Amino acid sequence: MTDITTAIAQPPVRRRKIRWNRVFDHVILILGSMFMLLPVVLTLLTSTWDNVTIHTGGIQYSIGEDAFRNYQKALFEKSGFSQVVDGMKMMTNSLILGLGFAIGKIVISMMAAYAIVYFRFRFATFAFWIVFTTLLLPLEVRILPSYEVVQSLGLLNTYTGLIVPLIASATGTFYFRQFFKSVPEETLEAARIDGAGPIHFFFDILVPVSQTMIAAIFIIMFVYGWNQYLWPTLMTTDENMFTLVRGIKQIMQVWIGANIPDYGVAMALAIIAMTPPVLIVILFQNWFVKGLVESEK
Amino acid sequence: MKRVQFRRPIFPFLLLIPQLAIIAVFFYWPAGEAIRGSFYLEDPFGFSSTYVGMDNYTDTVTGSEYVSVAKFTLGFTAVVAFFSLALALLLAVKADSVLRGAKTYRTLLMWVYAIAPPVAGLFGILLFDQAIGPFTKIAQSIGWDFKLGVNYWDSATAMVIVAVWKQIPINFIFFLAGMQSVPMAVREAALIDDPSGPSRFFHVIFPLLAPTAFFLLIINITYALFDTFGIIDILHKGEPGNNPVTLVYKVYLDGFRGNDLGGSSAQSVILMVLVLILTVVQFRFMERRVHYT
Repeated sequence: MTDITTAIAQPPVRRRKIRWNRVFDHVILILGSMFMLLPVVLTLLTSTWDNVTIHTGGIQYSIGEDAFRNYQKALFEKSGFSQVVDGMKMMTNSLILGLGFAIGKIVISMMAAYAIVYFRFRFATFAFWIVFTTLLLPLEVRILPSYEVVQSLGLLNTYTGLIVPLIASATGTFYFRQFFKSVPEETLEAARIDGAGPIHFFFDILVPVSQTMIAAIFIIMFVYGWNQYLWPTLMTTDENMFTLVRGIKQIMQVWIGANIPDYGVAMALAIIAMTPPVLIVILFQNWFVKGLVESEK
Repeated sequence: MKRVQFRRPIFPFLLLIPQLAIIAVFFYWPAGEAIRGSFYLEDPFGFSSTYVGMDNYTDTVTGSEYVSVAKFTLGFTAVVAFFSLALALLLAVKADSVLRGAKTYRTLLMWVYAIAPPVAGLFGILLFDQAIGPFTKIAQSIGWDFKLGVNYWDSATAMVIVAVWKQIPINFIFFLAGMQSVPMAVREAALIDDPSGPSRFFHVIFPLLAPTAFFLLIINITYALFDTFGIIDILHKGEPGNNPVTLVYKVYLDGFRGNDLGGSSAQSVILMVLVLILTVVQFRFMERRVHYT
């Protein structure tokens, strides 16, 4: 933040003329940034206080002394009705969901997009429409029948049942199709002259040139998988299968009956649940932005 | 499609099998079940079902609750899409015009993308809570007796604010990328022709951003319809009562809480048709753009 304030203050002094337009631009951007930051910063600060202080004094604006207790409790204390699940277990489940979803989606959709873009075969158009009808129809609109299908397959409370139905949409295939279409025609011509077959071409040429795209889609899909809420809520009744985001709901339900709700731990859990995807997006933002924006073209 | 392609009769099918299998089992089967179920009345214990034709649809569409939820969803979607697009556009224009700190601003304005909707909902609870929320205190100090979870429109206000907050980053990223892809030559020419900032923006930059804006509009509509589920569920603490809900939330309530399987299926089918129309619109539009650029 400091370099932003000096950025506003310095140039006018040197030039002796304040460029009010520039100042105004920065004011808007700072207000916007604060709007995005404030809810999280306030939650972070309040999560370091004890419940009585929060209950009587409301949201806190400074760092308290109970940070260790709250985060320790959120991460390691067994909670829930059956007292079997702690934050670490939920984080493991979130990781399995995020990674399983991202990797599964990338493998399956790269194969499908490769077939659709690089091969001439019967029913190609038909396959294309079968796949792309699913593009914007999220799991939410067919949630009840999906639940029944997964139930009848005996997949409730399994990682397969958690991950695979979420993969059943064409977003990844669509991204890779768009990307493959932008790969120059000459690549395949040259590879064919050199005698490369489909498998050879895929692994030795297409996968290497797609590296950035794969990384970008991995980030987008990991965040998407990690952040899933409705589906895990419905299909995991066994607390051992809870993810962090699913755990938020659990905490709210305990909250309703309590005299003084465990605010500190709830906020700590929310902070823990958001940290991994936020870090990934910030650290790899260049890849991530590129992947998102490419997908539109 | 490529001009040069492999010709193999079997191999592409092998590549497509995993995708097609997953889609068949977890997309077309449930979607088919929803369509089938929407024509049947199932008893609450699932022992028998009777064919009732279009009854579930007529009951749904004429139900006063459904109509009010549909109206609310329409308004909610419009307000969320408008404010998250407008604020993101404003911020993108400003972030594009400053030189100092541009990268810092970009990071600060986009990172909320990674926050899960229910986590955003929890932040919302804390800010708007009757006992501890600072927003409630500010509202009370200006004479607005803000009661989240009690007053219908107060709950709606909180839902809109949290939903907009969560959606600004993605709109910002796309608008900023769209602005930065406007060639320098075009900008300089515009600067000479039309030195006034706002007028230059609306006559030169904005038309060039129109495709991005249209794409984002569809994304925002689907977001407000579906992805806000987590925000709403947490803000209502899982018990909506008299608070406003969206159509997707009602599908969930009727199907899983009310055990009205036929009605829930009929609502699912209506939503699917709605989204299918959006998909076709967007798809045609994108194909056309790829063709021209």
